[in-house]
Amino acid sequence: MLTLVRSGAEGEGFVPPSAKDFELPPIFGDNVYTTKPIFLVFLSVILISVFFLLASRKAAVVPSKLQFAGESVYEFVRNGLGRDVIGHEFMRFVPYLFTLFTFILVNNLFGIVPLLQFPTMSHVGFAYVLAIFTFIVFHYVGIRHHGFFKYIKDIMFMPGVPKPAYILITPLEILTFFLVRPLTLSLRLFANMFAGHLLLLVFILGGEHLLSGAIGLKLISPFAFGIGIVMTFFEFMVQCLQAYIFTLLTALYIAGALADEH
Amino acid sequence: MRTLNFAAEAEKVNPLIPHTAELIVGAVAFILLFLVMRSKVVPMFEKAFTARTEAIQGGMERAEKAQLDAQRALTQYNDQLSKARDEAQTLREEARVQGASIVEELRVKAQEEAARITAAAHASIEAERQQAVTSLRNEVGALAVELASKIVGEALDDQARQSRIVDRFLDDLEKSNK
Repeated sequence: MLTLVRSGAEGEGFVPPSAKDFELPPIFGDNVYTTKPIFLVFLSVILISVFFLLASRKAAVVPSKLQFAGESVYEFVRNGLGRDVIGHEFMRFVPYLFTLFTFILVNNLFGIVPLLQFPTMSHVGFAYVLAIFTFIVFHYVGIRHHGFFKYIKDIMFMPGVPKPAYILITPLEILTFFLVRPLTLSLRLFANMFAGHLLLLVFILGGEHLLSGAIGLKLISPFAFGIGIVMTFFEFMVQCLQAYIFTLLTALYIAGALADEH
Repeated sequence: MRTLNFAAEAEKVNPLIPHTAELIVGAVAFILLFLVMRSKVVPMFEKAFTARTEAIQGGMERAEKAQLDAQRALTQYNDQLSKARDEAQTLREEARVQGASIVEELRVKAQEEAARITAAAHASIEAERQQAVTSLRNEVGALAVELASKIVGEALDDQARQSRIVDRFLDDLEKSNK
């Protein structure tokens, strides 16, 4: 796929990878629903569903290896992100948090899976969608819990703050709750995946380009590949971390919406 | 050709502008996955957790109960044991007391018997002595009378006078002996 894109740049010397390397053409004709990220998203849904359906199918008291693996991930999200952050009402949100975590994690990991090698979340659209879902969920939860007016009032006029401070705090709070949170949530994920993938492209395409250069450059290219490999491991860490952070923040926002005071 | 066009187009790409298709697909895919998770995966995992918790809790409760039972049995046995010990102690004490009283009783009885035998012996001795004294007195009397009559030559045929004389004689004898 990448070579297809980069073929346009052949014979013009090394073109550093840029945002345009993320714009992959549709696979079938001009249908914008057949691009690689879209296939990857559906692939991730299938993979995650199949894996967890198989793992949870038996629900045995003494788990098989597969069930244990599935349960480990589930328990990590359920207890580590749900119960410990949200508190006693956490069970309602576990399906959402679990879906969020696995969905982001697998799509991120696609960035370093051989042959796939494209982190879906480096396309900002997917990150936006997830942030919008979280935005809807935590506001909905807050409104359901406190009632619409009280919820909005609590956001605008944080209780326990001296009145003059509202001049400063009220706009900040409104900005935080309705703009900053969803924006940072999506952009953090997107930017990490985007930058990580770009970094890998630089080292691996750069190494490839060096290999086609003079003999001295050929000798350097292994270093570029080596760093590319190191970066791949680094990316693995970042990809897991970003999935975790996104889910953790969602849980925190829900917990904040449920809390009686902000 | 398409690729070339694409590359040319992509020069103006702003990575922060989402593709409509991706927004739609992302939402649909996520909701699909969410439905699968919520309807199947999460309930099944929860079921497994509950079953496991119950199994562990049940096992622990059973173990606790068994331990309690064992504890109770132990206390019971200890109680019984100490009771039996007490009982044995009491019995021993009783036996000792009884034994002592039996020995005492026997001793008293033996003493009484001894006293009785001694008394009887004394009595018979006394009787025999009395008898001996009486017969001796008679014989001595007769002898003395015979002797006296022989000496005096005169039969003292009057029995009463005879005995009086003998008595007086004997009394004098006893008095002189003392």
